[in-house]
Amino acid sequence: MSTYPGRGLALHLLTQMVRVRRFEEKAAELYSAGKIRGFLHLYIGEEAVAAGAQRALGPDDSLLCTYREHGHALVRGVPMNKVMAEMFGKQEGCSRGRGGSMHLFDTEHRLFGGNAIVAGHLPLAVGMALGDKMAGRDRVTACFFGEGAMAEGEFHEAANLAALWKLRVLFACENNGYAMGTALERSESQTALTVKAASYGMPATSVDGMDVVEVETETRRVVDGIRSSGGPAFMEFRTYRFRAHSMFDAELYRDKLEVEQHKKRDPIETFVARMMEAEVFTPDDLTHIEDKVAAELAEAVAFAEAGTLEPVEELTRYIYTEGV
Amino acid sequence: MSTVTYREAVRMALRESMTADERVFLMGEDVGRYGGSYACSMGLLEEFGEERIRDTPLSESGFVGAGIGAALVGMRPIVEVMTVNFSLLALDQIINNAATLRHMSGGQVSVPVVIRMSTGAGKQLAAQHSHSWEGFYTHVPGLKVCSPATVVDARGMLLAALDDPDPVVIFEHAGLYNRKGEMPEPPPSVDLRTARVAREGTDITLITHGGCLWRTLEAAETLAEQGVSAEVLDLRMLRPLDWATVHQSIAKTHRAVVVDEGWKSWGFSAEVSARIAEESFWMLDAPVRRVAGVEVPIPYATHLEKASIPQPADVVRGALEVVGRG
Repeated sequence: MSTYPGRGLALHLLTQMVRVRRFEEKAAELYSAGKIRGFLHLYIGEEAVAAGAQRALGPDDSLLCTYREHGHALVRGVPMNKVMAEMFGKQEGCSRGRGGSMHLFDTEHRLFGGNAIVAGHLPLAVGMALGDKMAGRDRVTACFFGEGAMAEGEFHEAANLAALWKLRVLFACENNGYAMGTALERSESQTALTVKAASYGMPATSVDGMDVVEVETETRRVVDGIRSSGGPAFMEFRTYRFRAHSMFDAELYRDKLEVEQHKKRDPIETFVARMMEAEVFTPDDLTHIEDKVAAELAEAVAFAEAGTLEPVEELTRYIYTEGV
Repeated sequence: MSTVTYREAVRMALRESMTADERVFLMGEDVGRYGGSYACSMGLLEEFGEERIRDTPLSESGFVGAGIGAALVGMRPIVEVMTVNFSLLALDQIINNAATLRHMSGGQVSVPVVIRMSTGAGKQLAAQHSHSWEGFYTHVPGLKVCSPATVVDARGMLLAALDDPDPVVIFEHAGLYNRKGEMPEPPPSVDLRTARVAREGTDITLITHGGCLWRTLEAAETLAEQGVSAEVLDLRMLRPLDWATVHQSIAKTHRAVVVDEGWKSWGFSAEVSARIAEESFWMLDAPVRRVAGVEVPIPYATHLEKASIPQPADVVRGALEVVGRG
């Protein structure tokens, strides 16, 4: 169990987790209503990772995520309006409705996806860090991926390159136990993920991804290490996805009891209970946060509803740079 | 005017671009200490240092992806893939990332990466080092695809590709590296849009690119001796394709043969022929014909290898049939 954060930080972490949770609950509802289509991968249960880990990043650092990235986008500061509009397929969305739920981009916030080929963005992160190093910038590139990515060759190629070339990459593994429906122990001969990463000669740490304070503290420590050493590091965040893989998943591969057990470790509820017990939070704080988030969410839905569809005449735009 | 090899022309472009722009760097397998598997970068490590002439491990997906990533943060990487067959290990990066990132992000990001690879048969390297997959890459919106056949283009297209904000794949035919050509002084700049009439003619249009250009020009010479005036088009750019030039030539000759080293079915020659049928049909006096790769993995034995890709005699035969003298 981690130590206690100050009140300001604790409120910040809770606010971020609640924003993500309520946003996704609403997204699931809007999916059922047919407003959002395609794949919708919910992060519910994993919020402590984005909320805690991103505290270690500054605005000039780069962030790459998986297709389960709504939480990361919101915590990074991409306006909720633009994220919701993207999921509605509206041109006011952060990727103009071209990407959808799986491809949230916002270069202003240095968010480079929303990447939906498992492990395909790891080499990109290496190259971004390489470019930064060659240009004399001391940015960190944080690359989040699931444990399923560690069975892919691109993980190993990327880890080797980053360590060989001493690049500032945070390899951030969100281990929720399942690559879609395949459990870690059914897909990897070595289930101790830090061992795999450490074999490339980089520091490798495993943290409780359901404990936002531990995530926050440890990621800051690891990222400070990346900044001072100039080389990569690996972190495993042990977490759990409470919802199905996507909206098409009947969840035949895991026991309902297992899910219920993990829900007892709900990162929001456990954090609130601790902070209430320590008298860091008051009941008013919780009401205040929920009210603020509800208002932000209502506005986001209204913004997305009011958004416009890109004219079909523009279908073939954004393939090549225009005006060249 | 000076005589240079194709390899030297590539090296000229590497040296010029790296001297002019510090964002440019070269990476790939054995580009540094070894000097490049086709020796294009020989001597450049000493000149530019190992940061910018960067040897990579055998990780095609990793280092091609790293090139794309470096482009995302403003560098101008040139990634050399040793041979076209190895590029299949990086297809995920080239197609799922380089070609899509701009679109998926709603136009927010640019990927100014240049990916060079050797292509083609003729060196008895058999079925895992000799194929011609221009057609694969040319199929993909988001990529630009170059096939330089001359020393002027080998130099100029690499420089133009580095100036382009989008991902460019350059195919260098392995059979051309030793080929010599005239490089004007000063060396001319070229564009990434237009095809070139490599030989003017009036009876038939032979449409080709890359390594096949020289075999097609040889065929045109033979045809001339037999009284057939063949116009030879060097497409240069495979995507985007300069259709106006193709159309114009067919409007003059009314006959066309497409010559390409790739497999005939579903390939580059299939697309060009289909487009002729769709857009230039009413100008044709005879059906379009393809002289293309035989449907076989490239064999080792030299006589079989030769038989599997278009030779001048095959082009002559195809052209004579189209002009009704076959």
